[in-house]
This record gives sequence, C-alpha cells and structure tokens, in this order.
Amino acid sequence: MSDKPLLRIINLKKRFGDKVVLDGISFDLNKGETKVIIGPSGTGKSTLLKSINRLVVPDEGEIWLGDTEIVRCKNINAIRQQIGYVFQDFGLFNHLTALENVMIGLTKVKKIPKKEALERARYELNRVGLSGIEDLYPAQLSGGQKQRVAIARALAMDPKLMLFDEPTSALDPELIGEVLAVMQELAESNMTMLVVSHEMGFARSVSDEIIFIEDGKIVEQAPPEKMFKDPENPRTREFLFKLSELYGEG
Amino acid sequence: MLDFFELVQKSLPTLLEGTFVTIKLTILILALGLVLGLIIAFFQTYGNKPVRLLAGIYDRIFRSVPELVLLLLVFYGLPNIGFRLSPFYAAVLALGLRSAAYMAQIFRGSFMSVGSDQLTAAYSLGMGEYKAFIYVIFPQAIRAFIPPFANEYAIILKDTSLAYAIGVVELLRHGQYIIAVEYKPLPIFLVIAAIYFVLTFGVARLLKMLENKLKIPGIGV
Repeated sequence: MSDKPLLRIINLKKRFGDKVVLDGISFDLNKGETKVIIGPSGTGKSTLLKSINRLVVPDEGEIWLGDTEIVRCKNINAIRQQIGYVFQDFGLFNHLTALENVMIGLTKVKKIPKKEALERARYELNRVGLSGIEDLYPAQLSGGQKQRVAIARALAMDPKLMLFDEPTSALDPELIGEVLAVMQELAESNMTMLVVSHEMGFARSVSDEIIFIEDGKIVEQAPPEKMFKDPENPRTREFLFKLSELYGEG
Repeated sequence: MLDFFELVQKSLPTLLEGTFVTIKLTILILALGLVLGLIIAFFQTYGNKPVRLLAGIYDRIFRSVPELVLLLLVFYGLPNIGFRLSPFYAAVLALGLRSAAYMAQIFRGSFMSVGSDQLTAAYSLGMGEYKAFIYVIFPQAIRAFIPPFANEYAIILKDTSLAYAIGVVELLRHGQYIIAVEYKPLPIFLVIAAIYFVLTFGVARLLKMLENKLKIPGIGV
C-alpha cells in the first residue's frame, strides 16, 4: 500500500462525437502530493478531472484510487465521498446557508449525527477563515467566500483526494488570493491535490509537479523549477511564455 | 336593503352546500392534475422518443381544446363507447385531464429552473439520484413551482363553475335553484361571485405567504 500511488491514471481516452478530448492520459499522484494541470482551454483538463469522480465516463483506460478502479466500479457514490471536488462556479446549494452547505454531505450522505456534523462544519468553516458567516446564504457571499465554503464542504467529507477545477477563474482578481491561501495551506498540510489552474505563482510555490496537457495528451510533466527554467518541449515553452505575459510573473 | 340581507341569510346554507361541492371538485381536479402532470413532466423530460412524442401530443390536445368542449365530450360522448360517469366525476376527469397538461409544464419549468451545477455538486458529494432530488433539486424547484401553481389553482377553481353545464350541483347551480324560486338574480349572483372571490383570493394569499416564507435570502430582492 505504502509505495502504491494514491491515484493512478492509465491510458485514459474520451471522445465527444468526432472530437478526441482525452487521448491516452497516464500519470500517478502519490499521497500528499500536489500536481497542477495546465494547458489551453478545450484540451481536456476539465474532462480529465470529471473522469476521476466519473461525472464524465471515459471511453477507455483505468483510474485507480488506491485499490479501487473507478471507471468500472459498482458503487460510484462511495468513491465520490472520498474525492473532494471544487468547481469553477462553486456549486454551492443555493437554498442552504454556508453552514448547511458544509453539513449536508455529513448528515445525508455520511449519516453523521446532526450535532457532530454541526461541530465539524463549524470547524471546517473556521479552517478556511470563514467564522461568522455560517448563517449567510450563497447569494449573500462574495465569490471568494463562496469558493472557500465549497472547499470547506469538500474537506468536511474527509477526502483522500481533492480535485480543483479552475477554482479561481470565476473570481475577481482581488479575491483570488484568499482562495489560493487556503489551497496553499491545504497542500502544506499534506492533502493530496490535483489542481487545474493557470495561477503560476501557486503552481511554482506549491506543486510537486506541473502537467502540461494539449489536445488530450500530456506534452510534458516536470517539477516546477524544471518546467519554468528549462522546459523540454518548445510547445511548453511557448505556452508558459504566453501565460506569463497574460498573468505577469506570478 | 333589508330584503337583501334576509335573502342572503336565507340562501346562505344552500350556497355553502354548493361551495362545499365546488371545493371538493377543485381538490379532486387539483389532485388528478398534480399526479398526472408530474408523470407527464417526467415522461417529457426523461422518456425515450416515442414516450416524449406521446406526452407532447397529450399536452397539445388538452391545451388546445376548450374546457366546455372537454366536459361535454366526457359526459355525453364517452357513454357512446360504454363509459358512463356521473356528472361530478365527468367534471373531475375532464377538468383534471386539462389541468394535467398545464401542471406538466409547471413541473418541467420548475425542475429546469434548478441549474445543472446543483445536481453535479450533489453527485460530487456522493449523493445518488434519489438523494440529490430530495435534498437539492426538490427544495429549490418547489420555490419556482408555487407562483404558477397558485395561478393554476385559481383557474381550476373558476373552471369548476363550467361543471354547471353538465348538471353538477355545485355553487353556481345551487344559486340558480334559489334564483328560480326567489326571482332575485342580482343579490344571489353577487354572493356567488363573492364566495368565488374569497376562495380564489384567500388561497392565493396563503400561497403568496408560503412563497415569501420560502424565499432564499439574497436572491430576488
């Protein structure tokens, strides 16, 4: 168990109609690692993430979470409980308060007693720096607060793995920092994380590896130092240059 | 003036008896409309092509034929093929079938008003379809459901007066009986109108209160 990766993706393929979105993706993610996936839009990054908790069903390939294969497993709901998913557009339940949003997975999915769930939810909201907004509804929160509630909701489920699908790209620039800070703290506390993001500052300081995907294939994967200083593929170089132009040094 | 009050006082018990029948009609039509409407909405949303087509045809027919024609068709027409109903149940069936077509649209609209991101988020927490529906979709859809439902309720209540035409002894016909004896149409019709108004407006107010109570803070302010 110890030397086995937490997440292993083997030759993942997916097409939508004529368009090949994932074209043989394989990589490992060890326990406690954070990997950041970058790449042009429409190249399958989101589809890859969605495949991991089977919100999208791949055509071919295998996804192993520890000893369980996800693509063909019977009880997907049990798997999804172990994978925290943070969406670009938050996905908070509009009719529930921040606290209730964090609690609902605990009480209705994990069947934890309400009192215990309440304590846990308060703890998680506090952990993402949101004490005091427990009783506000999503529509009353800023984008940054919403995303932090979403992270707290995922964390409350005690996930083995956290997936972040462009968690800051729907946020105003001044709100990005607060979300990245929470993610950085998580990574430092040895949460296993797979992050689709173009926040290069975050990728550089937090990730163990950056994976560059284009046209459904991994073009290059390397630790951030290598990726930024000395990328092997000219296409990687070009893309990183464009990113740095867009987002500044990061 | 005194005559008026005396007449109203005298006829009120009979009119209330009719009101009771009207309420019973309304409730049964509502129930049929809700149940059948939900099934049709389900078929239209999740069914395969032939099922969707059938549901669509149903929807078109019952939204295009006048209520009165439906009533006459069910009460006088169906016995021709050996299907005889009392006036009361003929009214329930005809008006209920019509209402189901509208209810189906209301259900569909309110379920579609809940964004697909809500369902995806529910799945990602490990909820199955059933839990996602009960805890996430339904509580939000019900909020979109209430205003058009209040509207449909008012239409059903008022349409029950059409059952008069096939001889159901409801509020309007009870009134007619009194008028036939007393020769005083104006006060009786006014009282009948007032009773319909109270039933329509009162329930609409209640539903409005429910709607406000369920309003999500921060949305639609």
